[in-house]
Amino acid sequence: MIRLTFEPFDPGALLSEFCKDRMEVGAVATFTGLARAEAGATTVLELEAYPGFTEARIGEIAAQARVRFKLDDVEILHRVGKIGPGEPVVFVATAARHRRAAFEACDFLMDYLKSKAPFWKKEHGPDGERWIEPRAEDHADVARWDKETSK
Amino acid sequence: MARVLLFGRFSDLAGWRDREIESPFLSALRSKLSEEDAALGEALAGPGVQVALDQVIVRGDAPLNAKTEVAFLPPMSGG
Repeated sequence: MIRLTFEPFDPGALLSEFCKDRMEVGAVATFTGLARAEAGATTVLELEAYPGFTEARIGEIAAQARVRFKLDDVEILHRVGKIGPGEPVVFVATAARHRRAAFEACDFLMDYLKSKAPFWKKEHGPDGERWIEPRAEDHADVARWDKETSK
Repeated sequence: MARVLLFGRFSDLAGWRDREIESPFLSALRSKLSEEDAALGEALAGPGVQVALDQVIVRGDAPLNAKTEVAFLPPMSGG
């Protein structure tokens, strides 16, 4: 399930819910991203999405991950709007029969979400506000999945 | 009337986010926007900018109908 939310969320509650009634899955991996304060330089992180379009693009990558890593299930929840330092921004959970696939799928999904997903990011701080463009490292992270062969 | 949506820095630059604009083609819409706001027109033609018509990315020109949703998307930053 792919969702966007303007409201803060509790990653622990999401994990408990995601693990419920899974008798044969064996492995669940999760990643939670938190908004960084950047030593006071960022007072608020603001994320804008294109409702409908953003979920659809993320859904396409999640469908790829399901096939590539033979996942039983995947869940992605992403904050949009204004986010305070320390608040969860993104939650990714993957379920598979074995841990390696669950870990790798989580990593794969996060590399996409951090570099190419349709979000526009603005940082508000004491020196004003500025739009953030993707970092070169983010593109390098996502490119490594093109070289590795799927198992 | 196409419904035009601006995202990210484009809406800050233009001072609007969502407008109805009459235009038969995407190219004509770009010209119209450039005429009324040269800085916006230039930004919309910048590197890495994508355009979605009814949430599907298009390249080049395309006809617009009365209900087409036209979205101008700056380079996507990820979350």
